[in-house]
Order: sequence, then C-alpha cells, then structure tokens
Amino acid sequence: MNVAPRASAPLETAAVVAGLVRAYGERRVLDHVDLHIARGEFVALIGRSGCGKTTLLRALAGLDSIQGGRIEAPRTPAVIFQEHRLLPWKSLWQNVALGLGEPGARDRASAALEEVGLGDRLDDWPRTLSGGQAQRVALARALVREPTLLLLDEPFAALDALTRIQMHRLIKRLVAKHRPGVLLVTHDVDEAINLADRILIMRGGGLARDLAVTRPIDAADLRAELLSELGVGVETD
Amino acid sequence: MTILVGEMGASSSPRSGRRANRSPVPEITGERREHLLFLLSWISPLILVVLWEAASRTGVLSAHVLPPPSGVVFTAWKQAVGGTLFRDLFTSLARAMLGFLIGGGIGFALGTLVGFSLLFGALIDRSVQMLRTIPFLALLPLVIVWFGVGEAQKVFMVSLGVMFPIYINTVLGIRQVDPKLIELGRVCGLGRTRMIREIVLPGALPSLLTGVRYSLATAWLALVVAETIGASAGIGYLALDAREFLRTDVVVLTIVIYAGIGILADSTARWLERRLLDWHPSYAREARR
Ligand SMILES: Nc1ncnc2c1ncn2[C@@H]1O[C@H](COP(=O)(O)OP(=O)(O)OP(=O)(O)O)[C@@H](O)[C@H]1O
Ligand SMILES: [Mg+2]
Repeated sequence: MNVAPRASAPLETAAVVAGLVRAYGERRVLDHVDLHIARGEFVALIGRSGCGKTTLLRALAGLDSIQGGRIEAPRTPAVIFQEHRLLPWKSLWQNVALGLGEPGARDRASAALEEVGLGDRLDDWPRTLSGGQAQRVALARALVREPTLLLLDEPFAALDALTRIQMHRLIKRLVAKHRPGVLLVTHDVDEAINLADRILIMRGGGLARDLAVTRPIDAADLRAELLSELGVGVETD
Repeated sequence: MTILVGEMGASSSPRSGRRANRSPVPEITGERREHLLFLLSWISPLILVVLWEAASRTGVLSAHVLPPPSGVVFTAWKQAVGGTLFRDLFTSLARAMLGFLIGGGIGFALGTLVGFSLLFGALIDRSVQMLRTIPFLALLPLVIVWFGVGEAQKVFMVSLGVMFPIYINTVLGIRQVDPKLIELGRVCGLGRTRMIREIVLPGALPSLLTGVRYSLATAWLALVVAETIGASAGIGYLALDAREFLRTDVVVLTIVIYAGIGILADSTARWLERRLLDWHPSYAREARR
C-alpha cells in the first residue's frame, strides 16, 4: 500500500490538506487542493458528478496514494461510505467493534448502538436491518472509535426522504456531542445547508468556493447561490 | 362442455358462498395444502416399490435379476446380525473419511495459497486447472499400478476426487470477497492476520462449503469405483463377493447402502451450511420454506 505522507495534526485541527495533487495516469483529478478542517467543524463538499469529491475524501482517509502535496490527518479517521459496508457474518455489535480489540469492546459497541437507537439489537445479523438502520450501525461503528476526523461520502443518498431527515438530526446531535471535524460529501444542496458550518464547492480539480454558513441563515439566498455556482440556475417564472 | 366447466368453476370458487358451504369437501389452503403436496410427493416412489415387490412375488421378475424389496430388507437383517455388514460399513466410511481429510486438506492449503498470492497463482494454478480436466476415475488403472489394490489406492482415489472441488472453491471464494469490505477492514485498522480471519475467510466460507458438499459426492463415487476393483473388506467387497455367488439381494443391499450414505453426506453438508451461514441472506433459517 502506498500511503500518503501524513503527520498528526496539531490540537484543534482535524485535518490539513496543502497542494494536494491526485492523478489517474496523466489526468489530474485534484490539482493543488488546499483545505483546513478544525475539530468540531462540519464541512460539506458539493460539486458536480465526477469532479473529484470522492477522490479527495479517499485521499484524506489514506486509502489512495497521492501524487503531490501534503496531508495532515489522523492515522485512522472514521469513514462512512455510501453503502453501509457491514460484514454480513458479524452481529451488529461485532460490526461496530471491528478492530477495537481490547476487552470492553462489547460494552463500547453496545453504548454506540444505544446512541443510534439500536441498543436492543446487539446480536442481530445485518441482513435483518432496513437500509436506514444499517446506515445507523455504520454511524455507530464510526463514532465508537472516537475519531477526530469523520469522513462521510454521500451516506444518506440511498435513503428515503423521511429516514434522511431522521439521520440528519441524529448526526447533528452526535457530532455536537463528540466534536470530530467532519467532511461530508453530498449532492444535496439542502442537506449541505442544513448540516454544515461551511460549504465547499469543487470545480475543475480545485475548491472553487468556500462559503461560511452563518446562522440564522437565509436558506433561499444561499441555496440560489450554491445552485448557480453548480451551474444549475434557479428557475424564475 | 362449456357449461359443465363453468359450473365446476363456480362450485369450487370460494366466492360462491352458498354452494361452497354445502360442499362436503372443505377448502384446502396454506399449510394443509403444503402438507398434502408433501405426502403426495411420496406416493409415486411408494407405488414403485409396491410394484417391484408384486412383480417379484408373482414371478414376473426373477429373484436372480432383482430380489424383492422385502428380500433386501431381510438380507440386511441377516448381514447385520450374522455377517460382516457393520465391519464393512465402518471400513468404507473410514476410507472415505481419511481420503476426504487428506484431499480436502491439500486442496484447501493450495487453494488458500493461490487465493492470497498472485505468485503462487502463477506457479500452481495452471497445472492444477490442466490436471482438473482429466476425469479422475480414468486414473484408476495407473493408481493401481502405483499402489496395487490395497488401502493406499482407495484412499488416494478419494483424495484425488476431493482435492479439486475443494481447491477450486477455495480459490474462488477468497478471490470473490468483496474488495469494499477489505477496504473497510483497512479503514478500521485491521492488520493482515485479522483481515484474513475476520473478513477474507468468512467471506470465502459459502463457496468453501459448496466445495465441501460437491466433494463429498465425488469422494463417495471415487470410493465405490476404487472398492469395486478389488478389496478384502468394505461395502465394495461385500458387493464383489456377492457377485461371485450371484447373490443379487446382497448386491442390491450394497447399492442401497451407498445411496443411503450419499444422502446422509449431502444432508450433513446442508446442515453445516445452515448452521455456519445463518448470517447469509440465502441460507438463513427463515428464508427456507
Ligand atoms: N480508479 C480510477 N481510475 C481512473 N479514473 C478514476 C478512477 N476513480 C475515479 N476516476 C475519475 O476521477 C474523477 C473524479 O472521480 P470521483 O469519484 O472523485 O468523483 P465524485 O466527485 O465523487 O463524483 P460523484 O459525485 O459522481 O460520486 C472522475 O472523472 C472519474 O472518472
Ligand atoms: Mg463520489
């Protein structure tokens, strides 16, 4: 495995990216990207399909090699993927405790499952879960590690609208409690407005805009601005 | 004709309440219906056995050609009480077991090496795939030249039959483990050993168990053929000995025993699958009907 050069970030900083270059063959998908995420900060990353959002997140997770630049991030950030990626042969608590190792893993897993509202299903198989429940287990698995950096790649995309609203509330509450730095990749402008402190727009291999979301927000204005940045003008009738 | 069909349709329809209530035959639904179908499925084999018995009793079927089922049962009793049936059965099972362990062990070891390492894949896989195309029973004459007709020849044949299915399904199982789950293991900080133990091997298990079930059938086939060539004990010997004396009842008995053990082996493998793959959506207990 070819790991990106990384050092542990200073306190109160969750991750720093400087001059990051990531290329597939000759084609540069990320071209000198700079990014800073503080502890407790919720950053949303939006951009058109194929612009390199997942690529940035995977580089931060240390899953891919990089061709240039510098990444400072915890050695094992917590990642939640678009699919839940639960191991079907492990019970829910074993899934949450994966890689924890030391004694007391079950108790910690059980507490984490309690937090996402699945405390009564510790010994069930993943196959017995609905999509939303499975994604909640993935959330518990991420939080039980007490990460300083939480990376989310469209984790709610496959969920129905109602479940998504529930998940939004849950993740807001849990992030406020555990205070990791969060990078959320999403396609959903409203989701970004609802959850994030800062919204990044990716375009042309770099971060084109960095918008702070100051509350109370004028959601309609922000929404219109984001959409026009993404090249989707708001219809006027 | 048309009218008749129409009337029959009406009388059996649950909608036509008045007539249905008067009907002496109650509606057959749900669980009862499944029960009946199950019983029904046993009727045709039963009829066959009865016909066979009748044909033998009336002399249509000479006892030298095919003894009646009752005769076979009687022979089984005599062989079990006064003969060597149990000793022979034990001998055969021991051969099958030993051959299964040796062949399965080698197949699993090679399969694991090839599954994990591209280098071993390049070194071994092509040879094994080429050897695999030989129908292994065709090797019997050669094996007899090597080992004679002793125990080694029989165990070797069984091992040979078991090795390939286990090997292939082990390699397949390991290679088919979802790379996304491997990646998850990395994100969760699993080292190499834990990755193999907690993700790769469990992921390969369904395929491995398919290999076990398949190879149990091959093991049994190999044993029948190997034993029938020459033996001084075992079910095959029983059949061989009986053939000399034209004892078709004993021959049929050995065939029935082979069949019975085949069924037993298969249901053992299925039981293993249900137990070990309870987590798997398509093997789960409540998914079975
Ligand atoms: N393994 C790969 N090999 C070659 N090119 C790749 C590979 N993975 C991604 N790419 C390319 O890199 C670009 C960025 O991909 P990425 O997955 O980061 O997009 P994304 O912004 O996450 O898109 P989406 O919103 O659709 O998920 C795409 O143009 C894609 O074709
Ligand atoms: Mg993506």
